[in-house]
Amino acid sequence: MSSALKHLGALGFALFWTLAASGIYLYIRFDTSVSGAYASIGEMEWWFGGVLRSVHRYAADTFVVVTIAHLIKELWQGRFRGFRAFSWISGVPLVWLLYASGIVGYWLVWDARSQFSFLATMESLHMAGLGAGQVPDRLFSLFVFLHIGLPLALLAGMWIHVQRLGRPATLAPRVLAVGVVAALVLLALARPATSEPPWDPQAAAQALPVDWFLLFAHPLMYVTSSAALWVLLLGLTAVLVALPWLTPKPALIAARVDAANCNGCGRCVADCPYEAVILKDEKASVFAERCAACGICAGACPSSTPFRSVQDLVSGIDLPDFTVHELRRRVQAMLPSDELVFSCEKSGRKGIAVRCLAMLPPAFIEYALRSGARRVKALGCDEECAYRLGLALAQERFSRLRAPRLRSTVRYEKLGHEYSFSLR
Amino acid sequence: MKQALRIAAQLALYVPLMALIGYFSTQPRFSILGEGEALLRLSFIHAAERKQACRQRSAEELARLAPNMRAAQDCPRERAPLLVELEVDGKVVLRREVPPSGLKRDGNATVYHRLPVPAGKHRVVARLRDRASGDFNYTKEETVELAPGRVLLIDFVAARGGFVFRT
Repeated sequence: MSSALKHLGALGFALFWTLAASGIYLYIRFDTSVSGAYASIGEMEWWFGGVLRSVHRYAADTFVVVTIAHLIKELWQGRFRGFRAFSWISGVPLVWLLYASGIVGYWLVWDARSQFSFLATMESLHMAGLGAGQVPDRLFSLFVFLHIGLPLALLAGMWIHVQRLGRPATLAPRVLAVGVVAALVLLALARPATSEPPWDPQAAAQALPVDWFLLFAHPLMYVTSSAALWVLLLGLTAVLVALPWLTPKPALIAARVDAANCNGCGRCVADCPYEAVILKDEKASVFAERCAACGICAGACPSSTPFRSVQDLVSGIDLPDFTVHELRRRVQAMLPSDELVFSCEKSGRKGIAVRCLAMLPPAFIEYALRSGARRVKALGCDEECAYRLGLALAQERFSRLRAPRLRSTVRYEKLGHEYSFSLR
Repeated sequence: MKQALRIAAQLALYVPLMALIGYFSTQPRFSILGEGEALLRLSFIHAAERKQACRQRSAEELARLAPNMRAAQDCPRERAPLLVELEVDGKVVLRREVPPSGLKRDGNATVYHRLPVPAGKHRVVARLRDRASGDFNYTKEETVELAPGRVLLIDFVAARGGFVFRT
């Protein structure tokens, strides 16, 4: 479950594709007319079309649960301010698009629940006259169009949502994705989604099985009023959008590029978790407002090597308030030593604290070992990386899969997020 | 083998989540009416008459206008509000003036009203005025028998002579 909580965003993408895949088949079998829609859904064979229909519905509900959990988790962890404001704000309309897509999807079934949802929606928009009587085919075609158009808009919004993330996690781990889809199929088999009686303008919604994940706003409107519902929903949206400005912005000093030491290799561009670094005129350039001051760029820079003989070690890209030079000074102050420890400052553990484990250039480990440390340890945070990619990048560098690589003269062992290094 | 165990463990963890989704996707059930109630639903869209009648332009007025604008009549766009009244069993339960839509107030007026009533026999009278002044110019009166959970839909179709009651 902790794995699922770490991948809620990616799980959202997995659920979107599950909905798209099941939806394509349902659309092929669907009759897009008022007179034929209800029957065409009922005519599907239970073992394939019926299961896909149930998966489609339950995937939509799970998408809601995952989205709300994602929102609450980011809110709880304070991940909505400063450099994260863009992702936060661009995520808010996605909740509306998700609900709109789901609600319109319910209308297509053209049963008593569709009638209830459509009338409640029209009533909340003060357009109830539109659907109380007979609904023409052309209007029904609009519902079909909306149920395709709104999810496409949602997908476009999801793409925008991850634009300020380096290596965005849009693919859920295979085990997780397979597990969720398998769970949805089992749920579909155990509790198949069914239609209510056909749309009847002369019948009121009585003891109706409501999907409380997607349709909760309708009962809420009936027990309060449409005005109360809009005040609540729009007020909540306004608060979510305004949140980055309502809370104090973290005082961060953005990374700075030293053009004389930057060779334009682009490693900092590739490794930045927030797309804050670009190459401009073959030199790195930092968007200060996007910078998390995590130091991962300094850890990626080939000039961040302590073996350089210069008095003042200046890296191509560096944190002004915690330079690579300062890191070398702290290492030198600890030597000689039986065991030199570097730790992620978020872990609160002993040793030389770095902003993120990926701020530590692998060359520093070899430098410490060759300058008087018998062993070196690097301790990552136990929880999910505060800077998204730090643990993964450190792992790739230490295991020599990614530049700057740990040299092969250094042996390393890994236990969880702890690394032990010694010379061969 | 390890992968299969991980998938099995994941599934075991998802059981409560899927149980939650399976339950709340249909339960608890919801009714918009109480036990033994029926519903009157007054719902229609109608464009009222113009608020001011069209006026014949004089020859002088027409001469002052550009040649392509010389319409014989001057017709203000604004429409009158609808005045709607609903009476159930001799008691007026709704009397509402509904303005036309649009910035120039020249569009349709939308009327919607829900009224739960005890199931059974009711005398229903619907009245509408769609002009600027005067008495109601459309009235329909009918005794209807409504079973619990059923709806009397009161529509207005000018082309069919006014109110239409559907049970």
